[in-house]
Amino acid sequence: MSVLEQEISPRVRTVSGAHTRRRSVRRSPWWALLFIGPAGLGLAVFYIWPVVRGIELSFEKVGPFGGSTWVGLDNFIAVFTQPDLGRALLNTLLYAAIALLGIPIALVIAALLNTPGLRFRGTFRVLYFLPVVTMPVAVALVWRLLLNVDTGIVNTVLHEVGLPGVAWLSTPVVNIVVIALVGIWMGLGTQVIIFIAGIQGVPDSLYEAAELDGASPVRRFFAITIPLISPTTFFLCILSVIASMQVFDLIFLMIDPNSNPAYPVSKSMVSLFFDKGFVVHDQGFAAAIAVVLLVIILVLSAIQFRLQRKWVHYE
Amino acid sequence: MAVTVARDGGRTRQGRHLWLVYTLLIAGAVIMVFPFVWEILTSFKTLSAAASVPPQVLPLPPTTRAFDKVLTTIPFWHLLGNSLLLTVIRTIGQVALCTMAGYGFARFDFPGKNILFVGFLAILMVPGQLFILPQYEIIQNLGMLNTILGIALPGLFSVFGTFLLRQFFQSLPMDMEEAARLDGANEWQIFWYVMLPLAKPGIIALVVLTSLWSWNDFLWPLVVASDENSMPLSVGLTLLNDLRLKDDPLLMAGALLASLPMIVVFLVLQRQFIKGIAFSGVKG
Repeated sequence: MSVLEQEISPRVRTVSGAHTRRRSVRRSPWWALLFIGPAGLGLAVFYIWPVVRGIELSFEKVGPFGGSTWVGLDNFIAVFTQPDLGRALLNTLLYAAIALLGIPIALVIAALLNTPGLRFRGTFRVLYFLPVVTMPVAVALVWRLLLNVDTGIVNTVLHEVGLPGVAWLSTPVVNIVVIALVGIWMGLGTQVIIFIAGIQGVPDSLYEAAELDGASPVRRFFAITIPLISPTTFFLCILSVIASMQVFDLIFLMIDPNSNPAYPVSKSMVSLFFDKGFVVHDQGFAAAIAVVLLVIILVLSAIQFRLQRKWVHYE
Repeated sequence: MAVTVARDGGRTRQGRHLWLVYTLLIAGAVIMVFPFVWEILTSFKTLSAAASVPPQVLPLPPTTRAFDKVLTTIPFWHLLGNSLLLTVIRTIGQVALCTMAGYGFARFDFPGKNILFVGFLAILMVPGQLFILPQYEIIQNLGMLNTILGIALPGLFSVFGTFLLRQFFQSLPMDMEEAARLDGANEWQIFWYVMLPLAKPGIIALVVLTSLWSWNDFLWPLVVASDENSMPLSVGLTLLNDLRLKDDPLLMAGALLASLPMIVVFLVLQRQFIKGIAFSGVKG
């Protein structure tokens, strides 16, 4: 609602009576307080205040016994001169880039699941969705087993067809790519479901008209589904990047600090954050990492919003 | 299928397409399901069968040793209880609070409402890590580290959930509450007797999403719960891993037992899960 509309609407109401929808939004601060108050208070204490405090922390050094002193930009200087940072940032960006590949895959699967006359639709949907409801810790443990250099089934199959095995999780860069693929596997079901909902919003008449014109299913997919679904695709891209930038569980559990030689060069931004904040207990440093991460996420989202004009079609 | 293919030309083409679709979908489904199959097979293997090179596919002889060992190595039932309690507290609390707040934002007007709402929405962009340190401080100051309530507390409140329900209430027509008001119902009665039943699909979507996320949540409980008494299963599972026993059947049995409750709930309530996720995408 625009400011102007807000200002004139009370007068409009008295004139036009109870017929406008706006009329039913009640000006009743006490009831509003009752409904919003409890959640609002909690959100303020546990989310809004922590943002303020987190930013404040990034300018402080927290002592071992809780007291903290203002250190200006020291934490940020430490973050940017930290040798691990560049690596962690690159790893995280690589992860985010690979993870985006899940979106076209999910779109294709959603389109396939929407094929008219398809049977076992529900069964397929359940199977594709299964990893989404599985605990990420369990996912990490299972994939670590499948990808084991010596005993893993993936390398066994490669050996069977005459290819050399790969040290999937202990080769730098390769391990991040592989973990991103596991991340795709884990999140695919959600994206498929959201795409299916989007595709079902596309008017059938468009597909019918295209079919009458003799367009093949593949052509209909490219000419109708992809452009009309682009707002959903955009939404999933934004979400995927935000989630990828915060990747932690899979890397933390699939790359063992004690036995994996690639561990020091395989951290993500949040692994670094966790190490500083809860292993070394340097909260100020960790908060600075989180602030840097926030800025990166905002910049990446802004870039995507800028780029959307080129490819997202709104009706 | 064969019958329809034989009927006419158009159908034949469609039939051929369908076979291609089935092939692709089945290939994909195999990739999605294979890790689970391997997890189950491995969990029933003996140590030597699991360690053999090349890997032995079937668990011969099958054994439940790994499952027994999970139960004796970590306090599994206790951790399961923690996860259940955590999930129930968080889900009931969050859904109740978000439903009320969502209704409040959708149906009431008060000074500063839009600013407040935009302020809350901005939180959605902030990475969770920025909250974690101050949230940890708060929970520490409340003396609630290593308690279930301490793990659940920040998760009782959710911008996402409030937004989801607000969108839902806004999509509902006004007529019924107008009628109830004319009949003399007060605002709470309207909310409770008229609007809640109408909002059921939105509420169920949030119940599903919240319980899924709290069951599987990892970083926050890892930070807050360092002792076995208050850990949920997601964190407890890492205890097995930390022992470095080189016992793959044990890890697989643990992973299976920890994931199974949510998978079973999903299989029973698949329609609600899928609707919930679809809903979060469309409305979010």
